[in-house]
Amino acid sequence: MMKVIEAHKITKVYNADKVPVNALRGISFSVDRGEFTAIVGPSGCGKSTLLNIVGGLDNPTKGKITIEGNDLSNLKENKLIDFRLDKIGFVFQSYNLIPVLTARENIALIMELQGVGKRARNDRAMYLLRAVGLEGKEDKRPTELSGGQQQRVAVARALASEPAFILADEPTANLDSVATDNLLDIMAGINKEKGTTFIFSTHDQRVIDKARRVIRLEDGLIVSDNNLVTNKAHEDRP
Amino acid sequence: MYLKLAWRNIWRNKRRTIITLMSIAFAVFFASLMQSMQLGTYANMISNSVRFYTGYAQIHKTGYWEERSLDNSFSLPENVEKALMASESIVTIVPRIESFSLVSFGEKAKGAMLIGIDPFKENELTSLKEKLVQGQYLTENGNSLIIGKGLAEYLNVQVGDTLALIGQGYRGMNAVGKYGVGGIIETPIAAFNDQAVYLPLAEAQYYFGMENQITNLALNVNDFTKLDKLKNEVGSQISHNDYEVMTWREMMPELVQQIELDDASGKIILYVLYVIIGFGMFGTILMMARERTYEFGILVAIGMRRRRLKLLSMAEMIILSFGGVALGMSFSFPIMTVLHYNPIYLTGEFAEVYKKFGIEPVLNFSISPVIFFDQAVIILVISLLLGIYPVLHIGRLNTVEAIRS
Repeated sequence: MMKVIEAHKITKVYNADKVPVNALRGISFSVDRGEFTAIVGPSGCGKSTLLNIVGGLDNPTKGKITIEGNDLSNLKENKLIDFRLDKIGFVFQSYNLIPVLTARENIALIMELQGVGKRARNDRAMYLLRAVGLEGKEDKRPTELSGGQQQRVAVARALASEPAFILADEPTANLDSVATDNLLDIMAGINKEKGTTFIFSTHDQRVIDKARRVIRLEDGLIVSDNNLVTNKAHEDRP
Repeated sequence: MYLKLAWRNIWRNKRRTIITLMSIAFAVFFASLMQSMQLGTYANMISNSVRFYTGYAQIHKTGYWEERSLDNSFSLPENVEKALMASESIVTIVPRIESFSLVSFGEKAKGAMLIGIDPFKENELTSLKEKLVQGQYLTENGNSLIIGKGLAEYLNVQVGDTLALIGQGYRGMNAVGKYGVGGIIETPIAAFNDQAVYLPLAEAQYYFGMENQITNLALNVNDFTKLDKLKNEVGSQISHNDYEVMTWREMMPELVQQIELDDASGKIILYVLYVIIGFGMFGTILMMARERTYEFGILVAIGMRRRRLKLLSMAEMIILSFGGVALGMSFSFPIMTVLHYNPIYLTGEFAEVYKKFGIEPVLNFSISPVIFFDQAVIILVISLLLGIYPVLHIGRLNTVEAIRS
């Protein structure tokens, strides 16, 4: 299986020159294509820091991250932004849609940044909206959508560039149980049908239950890495 | 989509946008108003002095302006007069005698400025007839005089009374005469009201004993912005040894200085206004940039290059700035036009202060397009310079911190 993400001895120290806070303490892991992985752990354990580093939003103090074989530390800022645009889809806790754009335009914006033609981006935006069950809501602005619907648009936006993987930071934190189940079903469906890699940071047991791999962090260290698929494969082995 | 995004961003907070637009518009309005009032008032000061006294240019016998004596008078050769009248730049040539005499009525006497004029030509330049508040205007061959209102009040004379004049004539002769008051004038220049006495040119020449002589020849011109060109043109037609040509700027350096001084203080006030306006606008821009830190962070995170985000921010500022400037001009011009045609006449203490300085107590407003264009450009530049702040803010943005915010 092709490795999408490889993290090697990632360390992150905040305030290194004053009172150092070790957010990550030399953790290593890899993610294969098609995984549906949850990174879990108590608040302050380093989940968001890890996601920021994997997403190329932040730099590790030490260690190396490679995405599909590309070392992120070798990329200058503009290249890194372009890399994020093409390879990484983001879903944030607070939906983070552009408030002045409609659902369709929010999705199309990503493709416009990639230089995709108008018709192609509109067609794909409509396709993605259908995929997340929001057909008919394309001309609604975020304020006209419920929280769950906004997060589904955010998922569609994350998928717009056909990224190598999607990073979702506490995607269900602001959703009720119905919206959470709905969103998880959609993401799981996309993962199953398209083989899109998803990595979540979450506290939410419902997300953990849906995940096929759960990486548990505590105090900046991986304390367990439970891959249900691999384990099952091991169990099935004669 | 960027323009659409910029346009919608502008209107996402209508109240803030309206405040920004209005602050830019009022900046244009106030700056234009100040400049319009300044230039309008200067133009009026110049017009009052030039149109009512010196003319835009004058020809004298060489040395007259240094020593304003009747002995420095001259008789204009016919060929020079024809050449001047043939010039396309000159509308009228206005001959005058200017000197001083003692004017007496009953028990009272006062030194007065005695001006001999061609009634018709003088009226073409100075519209003197319009200033008449009592009696009749001068006639070419008449022998009555007209007198300033202030002087008339001082001497307590009415139209029909006879004044005795005594002074020094040409080459030291005595000048003595009795003239009936044909009319009383009131001019915007207080000094003229208190001192001026006008006689028909022929009568003044007779009074001073200087037949066919004049002291100066005022020129009424087509285009007062090209006086230097006119001066050269006239200079080429007359002998430099015998005559001097002077523009109003050379004849009234005090007025030029007064305007320059006022202009300098006006500019300082204008700069202070720009700073106040600038800070007001900066407050709004600062708020806009800070409010959107989170959104900027998200856009960079999902793949928008900072350069694009900066352009987007600049586009918003450009749209806002142009909108504000256009709005400002749209109400500045009509208001200034109304004020131009309906100047504000000062009364009370303000008016007295103006009169003390020999200035007509009126606020005139210029509607020269240059004013609106200049102020619009300056405010636009200020807005665009302030628009650099969001650009710098985006440049310094820490994506992770912005998303956390």
